[in-house]
Amino acid sequence: MSDEAVSTPDADADTDTDVTDPETDGGERPQTHTIRLELVDKPGELLSALRPIAENGGNLLSIFHERGNLTPRGHIPVEVDVECPPDRFETIVQALRDEGVNVIQAGAERYGEELTLLLVGDIVDTDLSDTLRRIESSTDATLADLSLSAPDGRGSASSARLRLATRTGRTDQVFDHVRAIADEKELNVIEPLVEVAE
Amino acid sequence: MSLRLAVVGVGAVGRSVVELAPDYGHVVTAVADSRSSAVDPDGIDADATFERKEREGVVGSGDPADALAAEYDVLVEATPTTLGDAEPGFSHVRAALERDRHVVLANKGPVAERYADLRALEAESDGTVQFEAAVGGAIPILSTIADFGPNQITAARGVLNGTANFILSRMAAEGLGYEHVLAEAQDLGVAEADPAFDVDGTDAALKFVILANVLSDGAAVYSLDDAKVEGIRSIPASALDLAAEDGRTVRLIGEATADGVRVGPRLVPQHDALTVTGTRNIVQFETVHAGQLHLSGRGAGGPETATAILSDVSRLE
Repeated sequence: MSDEAVSTPDADADTDTDVTDPETDGGERPQTHTIRLELVDKPGELLSALRPIAENGGNLLSIFHERGNLTPRGHIPVEVDVECPPDRFETIVQALRDEGVNVIQAGAERYGEELTLLLVGDIVDTDLSDTLRRIESSTDATLADLSLSAPDGRGSASSARLRLATRTGRTDQVFDHVRAIADEKELNVIEPLVEVAE
Repeated sequence: MSLRLAVVGVGAVGRSVVELAPDYGHVVTAVADSRSSAVDPDGIDADATFERKEREGVVGSGDPADALAAEYDVLVEATPTTLGDAEPGFSHVRAALERDRHVVLANKGPVAERYADLRALEAESDGTVQFEAAVGGAIPILSTIADFGPNQITAARGVLNGTANFILSRMAAEGLGYEHVLAEAQDLGVAEADPAFDVDGTDAALKFVILANVLSDGAAVYSLDDAKVEGIRSIPASALDLAAEDGRTVRLIGEATADGVRVGPRLVPQHDALTVTGTRNIVQFETVHAGQLHLSGRGAGGPETATAILSDVSRLE
């Protein structure tokens, strides 16, 4: 979904290198969060999307307004970097959603977790593009990689391996949505046993 | 101490129990199949009994009910697993408990489908009910839970159906389709002529239902209806190829967790502890204080399952 390279501020990257240190959550120190939104192309939309951030104590660092691009639903993608204490971030995201803003992705890291799953069945003729689009638009997940194997062509069951990037703690939700979409298209989902990135 | 056993059901498991009982110092005083029985208070003649079974299709000239009425200390229930009311296995268990005899089950039906009824009958009786053989053949899974303490184990996961595991691991290794590998498994005697029970996940689900019942320790009772079950029939070879490209494979994995019982094909790392090959079984416990615990071994087969039954019998002494 995103093709531009935006480096993610990663304030706690060094905690990973020293395994003897107990893991900490960053305390009350403000962290940088990236939020991806979708806006309808109408005057005033951007301003009303930014207001809940300021009103809830978020410090706007940057706004990347991709006017030339359209999301699969024909909306304009916007990426906002916000600085705030970690405990306030959920409030900001909720406030955005309450305003009717479509938050596609939100997190201290762009991709908190990656998960791999298989889709099996009549994948091609049930409109693979539509399947992928709906997985992305109904969840926080972004398709990071796709492999397709249809050795017998469209005639018999084919398989797809999807790697999805998602926010930490959202994997159950992603699986629920993927399952619902697969059920509707009579596809089978083979989920990973441990539902976190290895 | 030598105990007297009545063995009901003479498939591979029941037969092995009769054959191995003397090794464990026990005497088989009665044997029954679905049509007949042989009873001898001094111990039946195993060879003669099974020769007659081969020749005439019966184990003796008695009625099956005669075995249940015979002199014994322990009833070994090894009839085929049935769903729903779990009959006739459940009635066999009832008959023994009402006579204050012990019962050792290899039959999963009564434990998975009527666990509360089973425990209620046991509470009324001086006899006890054991069923190590119903879960994971020779692997001492239930006795490990009993030793460790059910409340010290938060979840059980793993592979408890050798047929499905054989099919998936052969498909992955050879790049062959499901139907082809199933036919091979049937030729080898790994899969039955009607493989539905194994490949649809029912057998594994029954075992994880039993595990859930044991782990919940009376807090909740599960049956097959409570389990989310998916089989392996619809998995194409291409799915295993794609998994392998990514260092993974697919196994029919069962789970008994706080969320309930779930059995289905899952993506697992190729070198994960749970990724056993062939007909091997494995179960992983998530413990409160000691991380993960793995038990692996042969999960089916006559002599293998008979060892679990005879271990249960020995625990009664």
